[in-house]
Amino acid sequence: MSGEAQTSWLGRLNIDSLSIWRAIENPSVSEFVGAGAALVAIFGGIGALVLITWLRAWGTLWRDWLTSTDHKKIGVMYCVLALVMLLRGVIEGVVMRTQQAFGMGGGFLAPEHFSELFSTHGTIMIFFVAMPFIIGITNYVMPLQLGARDMSFPVLNQISLALTATGAALVMISLVLGEFATGGWTNYPPYTGKDFQPGPGPDYWIWAIVLSGLGTTLTGINFAVTLYKERAPGMTLFRMPIFCWTVLCASIVMIFALPPLTLAALMLAADRYLDFHFFTNDLGGNMMNYVNLFWLFGHPEVYLLVIPAYGVFSEVVPTFSGKRLYGYNSMVYATMAIAVLSFCVWLHHFFTMGQSANVNIAFGIASMAIAVPTGVKIYNWVATMYRARIRMTVPMIYATGFFFLFTIGGLTGVMLANPVISYQVHNTLFLVAHFHNVLIPGVLFGIFAGYHFWFPKVFGFRLEERWGKRAACLWVVGFCFTFLPLYALGLMGMPRRSVMWDDPAFQPFMWLALVGALTILSAVTALGIQLWVSVRNRAATACPLGDPWNGRTLEWSIPSPPPPYNFAQVPQVRTRDDFTDAKATGRAYQPLSAYEDIEMPRNTAIGMIVLIGSTLLGLALIFWIWWLAIVSVGVMLTALIGRTFWLNTTYTIPAEEIARDHQAWLAEVHAAQRITRAEETQAANRGRAALELPQGVSV
Amino acid sequence: MRNPDFKAELRAYLLGFGLALALTVVPFAVVVFGPGTQGLAIILITLCALAQLVVQLRYFLHLDLSEQKREDLHLVLFTVLLLGIMSIGTIWILGNLAIRM
Amino acid sequence: MTQPNAKLHPGLNLGHHHGEAHNQAETVVFGFWVFLMSDLILFGLTFASYITLANNMGMASGPTPADIIDLVNVFAQTVLLLVSSLTFGVASLTMRHKMPAKVTIAWLGLSLVLGLAFLGLAALDFLNMANQGAVPSRSGYLSGLWSLVGLHAVHVTAGCFWIMIMIAQIAVLGLHPIVKSRVLRLGLFWHFLDIVWIGIFSIVYLGGLL
Ligand code: HEM
Ligand SMILES: [Cu+2]
Repeated sequence: MSGEAQTSWLGRLNIDSLSIWRAIENPSVSEFVGAGAALVAIFGGIGALVLITWLRAWGTLWRDWLTSTDHKKIGVMYCVLALVMLLRGVIEGVVMRTQQAFGMGGGFLAPEHFSELFSTHGTIMIFFVAMPFIIGITNYVMPLQLGARDMSFPVLNQISLALTATGAALVMISLVLGEFATGGWTNYPPYTGKDFQPGPGPDYWIWAIVLSGLGTTLTGINFAVTLYKERAPGMTLFRMPIFCWTVLCASIVMIFALPPLTLAALMLAADRYLDFHFFTNDLGGNMMNYVNLFWLFGHPEVYLLVIPAYGVFSEVVPTFSGKRLYGYNSMVYATMAIAVLSFCVWLHHFFTMGQSANVNIAFGIASMAIAVPTGVKIYNWVATMYRARIRMTVPMIYATGFFFLFTIGGLTGVMLANPVISYQVHNTLFLVAHFHNVLIPGVLFGIFAGYHFWFPKVFGFRLEERWGKRAACLWVVGFCFTFLPLYALGLMGMPRRSVMWDDPAFQPFMWLALVGALTILSAVTALGIQLWVSVRNRAATACPLGDPWNGRTLEWSIPSPPPPYNFAQVPQVRTRDDFTDAKATGRAYQPLSAYEDIEMPRNTAIGMIVLIGSTLLGLALIFWIWWLAIVSVGVMLTALIGRTFWLNTTYTIPAEEIARDHQAWLAEVHAAQRITRAEETQAANRGRAALELPQGVSV
Repeated sequence: MRNPDFKAELRAYLLGFGLALALTVVPFAVVVFGPGTQGLAIILITLCALAQLVVQLRYFLHLDLSEQKREDLHLVLFTVLLLGIMSIGTIWILGNLAIRM
Repeated sequence: MTQPNAKLHPGLNLGHHHGEAHNQAETVVFGFWVFLMSDLILFGLTFASYITLANNMGMASGPTPADIIDLVNVFAQTVLLLVSSLTFGVASLTMRHKMPAKVTIAWLGLSLVLGLAFLGLAALDFLNMANQGAVPSRSGYLSGLWSLVGLHAVHVTAGCFWIMIMIAQIAVLGLHPIVKSRVLRLGLFWHFLDIVWIGIFSIVYLGGLL
């Protein structure tokens, strides 16, 4: 905050902001790790640009992806963003585990650097891996399951993606310019207030969260409206696939639980920029307000993540068990109950803040109550598998891992919901073990199961099985080794967020956890190899006819990849699991009597304008470059408002074209060999399933 | 075209406006002229605010219970439920902390 | 599915006689309601935070409500906003009854003027407070007050810009279906802000003085 820095036209940005320069000025291992990460980010970015140029892909990229308003394209872009960020998040996790393994009395990382690592790791994993991945899968799958042509608001969808990408971009830029916050993913003041951290770190967190949070709220609105207004005729709420129900709950959280986070972050910004006193130590500020607001968001947030993962498992388990889901209604009610209860328990994240025992116990009981509907779900899945002919495909491996490990995580959650226990283990590695225990087997495994399950729908070919199985097993094993020892360490009293420690009894557990982290790293590598191998062999695993797994819901009733308009004719839904019923009763794959023109939204560059504009806006605010802030807001507003004067926002796909494509596909379907489940993973599987029902079980 | 005619609708707006205005004047008067106890004043202000809320919802936002499709009602009621949980919880927790400080 | 005269969404409906525009409005208006509900949470929690700061500790021996509240000004602001709600309602009615675009524009313009007058008085109020040293950096209570009232004022400012844009769009594009649906949504927004204001004058100003 020196005087001359403020007068520069670049605000407080100067040569010392460059992390690489800092490493040159005072070399140390810690600085080199930071500079190395910056170099990776820079060269990664440049490499991507070079690769695109070399492939001459700029035109395609721009026309088919970046400016697209197609929910399917947007969904895929969300997932790609999440995968890139996952890579960084995992590497950071491994670096932290390495530091702690050698952390007896020191280690190689400076304390601030370690703090930056757990702060970025937590922020990235929650906001830029788990959320965009869930949102991406939903974006792709939900409209297809509903029998819809697109989301209710396709352009808004694009803008939401842009805002999420802005947040991710800011976190990536913090590797190179300035530094990220050191206050954890929760960024608690007063430590993150301007008295203690005047630098740009907390501002990176604030603007990444505010901008991407805005995008997430808009996404939630889009999902909810789509669910209510775009369902195909005949699809009543209680005929929706369970995944759609879980998305409804997730969107409730996005709509109602993101505002407290936005508010908390903006209030913190007011404290830091305008000298307000919301959370300061002096002049009537109250930092406990922040904690309260943050967790008003924070707890529903974890349900935002895990409920759609439940939804994925609710699609995967019945499909690979060849049975309908056991207890549909109870599943719906359990999901809704969890969604509402998730708004009633936030205080369990700060039992030790000082409120009376009565307050604590009220929230403690509410928290334990969540275990009941969750238990209902687990039993439903298990009952679905009971006496079924289960196919142990990759998604099912993840599902199995989920059942066992998530139950452990859930049970330690019930333990933590007891204020008495929480007083003992709060702020220790026990907590770290717990939340990774629900986030990895719950959210991440759900995401991976969905990734394997729907990949053939998206790209028209299946993922390679052997590497997939290897990766899945490595994830399960790696998870156990990395995080189960942390329970023990927590009970032994090791605080979380510790850069070093001095009790020799910790050492063996630290080694175990390091081995686990390396196993997870190899699991990620295996996923990469799998993708590579699958793309190379895509001819052998092609399944363009659209139904490789004998699917049950509408998304499997169309070609893979689906045409831009999804359905040549909006389907008429008769029952739950409509596609299974259609196949059984001969309704599936029928020619249409007439085709109609379809009107679809045009491409637009508005998302890219928002992406660039809001990234510049974020940087301008972080580095106090006020003129740039004004310019970027002005440009974005002009573009957004100007666009509303433009009425010609759709184009028409002629009926002949639709008819031609649809009839060609139908001809292929009827000519194709019908695949039994035994041949599911073989080259013969081109996406036409033979009807198979378990004996004695009706559709 | 079974549209209620313009005049009738305008009259409804004016009625709503009149009610809202009255429900604004009363609480201001209570505070300025200060009759009665503080407790009474708080109750009056609260009641007037709630009444005006209903009036504005009814006459300006046209939110009524009869013709609505169920989902719209769900939305509003659900929001009120969540807002209640969040704001009452917040005030409870922070009030409790303040007492114990 | 929908009966001829059924309301498709909460709030003023264009009505069946507007044909396509009426039906198209359904999804967007519903979406806008969802957005307003999200915004309501934002306001509600700003209120809750304000309440937790409006006590002796939060005032930090600085100005108290009695020192800074100018009830005459607040009353004037309240009335201005309420009247603008009425004029906006009339604007929507003229549109619903397919009166000439000029008439609708005139009523919108009147609402805009009233909105701007409200903002002017609000600015005056803030200025007076600042002159008394009642700035947000003085205490937690004042931070809460400025941000709650300020959040509302920012919304009203956005609303004013939106009215200007709609006037321009009616002038340029005429009462195109999409323009009509935008005016409907703007109306919801405008009335919503008046409802939030009820909370502000009851809790912050009147409640503060008690
Ligand atoms: C994949 C392998 C992962 C590894 C090796 C790993 C490792 C770690 C480590 C070492 C910490 C710091 C613990 C401490 O405070 O001492 C941490 C914190 C954290 N991790 Fe992970 N993690 C992984 C995956 C994830 C995932 C998938 C998520 C979420 C979806 C996640 C979310 C978090 C959060 C929220 C924190 C807390 C950050 C803070 O203290 O503010 N992690 N992780
Ligand atoms: Cu929680």
